[in-house]
Amino acid sequence: MSREMGRDDFVISARSVFLKKRNRQKFSLLTLIIISIIILSLEYFKSGPINQARLITKDIIIKASYVASIPFKSITKTYYSFIDHLNMYDEYEKLKIEQKKNKSLILESNFFKEENQRLKKLIDEKNLYKEDFHITKVLLDQKSPYLRSMLINKGFKHGIKLGAAVRSNSYFIGKVVDSNYLTSRILLISDLNSKIPVIIEPGAVSAILSGTGDNKLGKIEYLPENNNIKDGNVVYTSGADGIISSGIPVGKIVIDNDHAKVKYFSDFTQIEFVKVYYKK
Amino acid sequence: MSIPNKFYSSILSIFPLLILIVSILLSSKYNFTYSGHNLSFNISYLLIFYWSLKKPNYLGLGFIFLAGILNDVIQDNPLGISSIEYLSLCIITGFARSRIILQNLFYDWVFFLISILIAGSINYIILVFIFDVPIIYNSLLLGLFATFLLYPLLAKILSWIDNIVQLSGNDKKK
Repeated sequence: MSREMGRDDFVISARSVFLKKRNRQKFSLLTLIIISIIILSLEYFKSGPINQARLITKDIIIKASYVASIPFKSITKTYYSFIDHLNMYDEYEKLKIEQKKNKSLILESNFFKEENQRLKKLIDEKNLYKEDFHITKVLLDQKSPYLRSMLINKGFKHGIKLGAAVRSNSYFIGKVVDSNYLTSRILLISDLNSKIPVIIEPGAVSAILSGTGDNKLGKIEYLPENNNIKDGNVVYTSGADGIISSGIPVGKIVIDNDHAKVKYFSDFTQIEFVKVYYKK
Repeated sequence: MSIPNKFYSSILSIFPLLILIVSILLSSKYNFTYSGHNLSFNISYLLIFYWSLKKPNYLGLGFIFLAGILNDVIQDNPLGISSIEYLSLCIITGFARSRIILQNLFYDWVFFLISILIAGSINYIILVFIFDVPIIYNSLLLGLFATFLLYPLLAKILSWIDNIVQLSGNDKKK
């Protein structure tokens, strides 16, 4: 008898939870769950009108989210500029020393560039990667344990294609993984799913740079057994995938407990504008 | 009621929804890395659980559904997954409201842990087994535990907000 009562109570509770509409509500919980499941199942359609509708919805939500997040972004910006002001003098002293070093490096680099062009002409090499790029604003940056990505203000209307390389200043930061009509998503190199073919100089050692979810350090995989990698070696993109140009600086090698890690050159938390490369 | 008062009380009545949307938009800002582990507080879990348990009329189910869609677009999840997750929290709190007579902070807190474990499991089972998204289990558990620890503090703040909203509601009636 009591068991039947218990079951009846449960059925009454379930009915009230799933089917009862609250005040001023048009949908019951059950209806909304069914709608969610239908929307979720539409993920299997990767082309056609359903995909178009999804891309437009995403564009609208991303643009609206960007507008809504402007006040909070300005608060963060003010905070960082305040911190910058506090550290201004120390920074100035450091930069003065660095500038002296950079001047000599620029001269050296110009010499190597010209020499490289002369040698390329000699062997008749064609430039496969044209340096066409858009400078675009970062609408939203997203950081969660499973995702390190950014949403940018250019989409396939602007010629952005999947796999396109993205730089912040001169440094490689990721590639385009999702392109909507007006916006795109960049998968940062720090994301767990990111795998980039790289080359480590000096020595031209090829390897794969994998993201770990950490914003500062990445993991080097598939290194040859007898490698001579040291602290401070520079990691560049190798261009082995045929999509990303070669020679874009990514980071520096840090040896931690006999494991080679890469310290990224870019600070992903401070990026406001990025360069997205595309082929004409 | 004068126009500024009307404006103030209408802002307060949509306050829960505003906080939920802001918490989703700023989800990346309360994400910390501690000794190699990623610690992420899921504030939207806290808000949805609290309001659907205590004041179900403040946060409509339709808005919770839309907040889920917004979260999916921002987090690059398959569309609809967060809605299911949030609505599953509402199912659990709905059962709790109809079955539990005595409610206090400690019971709510323990119940919150059970709820986020169930809702999180539904979400991650779908992500891993249907959409093949790689998950760091340590980070997931750490994040859920951190969210669980935050509940008493946020419950106090939200009950304080509730009081203000209630007072404005009484003003409206007058």
